[in-house]
Amino acid sequence: MSGLQAAWAIARKDLRTELRTKESINAAASFALVILVLFSFAFDLGREELYAISGGLLWLVYSFAGALIVNRGFAREVPNDCLDVLLASPAPAWSLFVGKAVSAFFLLMIVEAISLPVFGLFYNIRWMQNFPQLLVVILLATWGITVVGTAFSAVTVNVRLRELMLPVLLYPVLIPLLIGAMGTTTALFAGESLAGDNASSLRLLVGFDAIYTALAVYLIEYVLIV
Amino acid sequence: MLAVAADRVWKFFGDYPALRGADLSVEAGSCLALLGRNGAGKTTLLRILANLSRPTKGEVKIFGDDSRGAEARRKVGYLGHGIGVYDDLSALENLILFGELAGVESPVRSAMEALERVGLAKVKDGMAREFSRGMRQRLAVARAFLHKPEILLLDEPFTSLDDKAIAVLQSLLQDALAGGATIVMSTHQIREAMELATNVALLERGQIVHAGLREPEMLTDPGWLYRTYGAQS
Repeated sequence: MSGLQAAWAIARKDLRTELRTKESINAAASFALVILVLFSFAFDLGREELYAISGGLLWLVYSFAGALIVNRGFAREVPNDCLDVLLASPAPAWSLFVGKAVSAFFLLMIVEAISLPVFGLFYNIRWMQNFPQLLVVILLATWGITVVGTAFSAVTVNVRLRELMLPVLLYPVLIPLLIGAMGTTTALFAGESLAGDNASSLRLLVGFDAIYTALAVYLIEYVLIV
Repeated sequence: MLAVAADRVWKFFGDYPALRGADLSVEAGSCLALLGRNGAGKTTLLRILANLSRPTKGEVKIFGDDSRGAEARRKVGYLGHGIGVYDDLSALENLILFGELAGVESPVRSAMEALERVGLAKVKDGMAREFSRGMRQRLAVARAFLHKPEILLLDEPFTSLDDKAIAVLQSLLQDALAGGATIVMSTHQIREAMELATNVALLERGQIVHAGLREPEMLTDPGWLYRTYGAQS
């Protein structure tokens, strides 16, 4: 079995167990919806101000929901010492990491797909305009969140307070990604295209994803086997 | 031919040396009982052999290959303290997953055969979390033997097993030995271990202080080894 096949087997296993238990997707989806609804009542903003903060608000919600999902990534392997069995198998450590990142990516995409229409409804944002470009931004930024989050989930898997440690480690690293995603999303909601400064932000997302995916794939064995 | 060779293996946890230059050689086809008191370093050594921990110094070879390589790991089956199965997957789903990861040719057929061997075929679709403790342990045993490994690394395999699971495990180990597999097991349950062991190694304070054939006295007197070879007897 190749490393990619092993990664797919891990991803299927994680998705199957998550869809049975719904332990992180329920928490992440309800959190995202509650925050979006609460913010819509908390601020009385004009149309222009609303559009100005729309990208920032959306990505704050997505990144917090993402932390809830990636937190379970390697923690799911702790009961019954399942991580030991995975590491003792011939599957390389990077395939374990990629499988977990892929499953977290799908789960976060589901949460985003549920909360984006709610966001549009409560904030009266026309999110369907420029949708193909918006989808590209969402895919890139979501992969960035899940890759970094899954890597830190591996770092904190044996830490007693991992639920607290993960956000502390995760958000500072995500700052450039979130700045890029927030800027491009706000621009797309305002009807702008992905040109000029927005293209630079898009390149930032691509670069961030490439660098952190390569780093995590290379270093994960040294994180998991000490 | 040496199935397992650990050469001057050191392992530090912080400043504490859990292993202090442990040397271990296990001939292919033999069954080695790794004995030692609590804290002697048995689990640490087994985890290093299974590639679950990195030695601070020294190296480990599996049939002459680096123990960290995929080829070496394909030859190893590991049964540790935890059962290593997922509570929210069925028995069959668990074994199919581990079969896929181990690269067995037909994961479904291998999983069904393994469930038959441990007497869980009738409950193959039951979730592992619904199983009794004994059934979960038998599932763990099936998982460790699933890909017919050439080397079995077993950490306290008889601990807290019920009588049925002990019988299943002993039968599987005897079959594996008859088929030419190599077994390394750490244990405090000397009587069960000695029934299978061809060789014995005694670990004390992170060092192998005795390694040799199992002697007849060990079958009847569990303390004989410690009294005869142990430095702290």
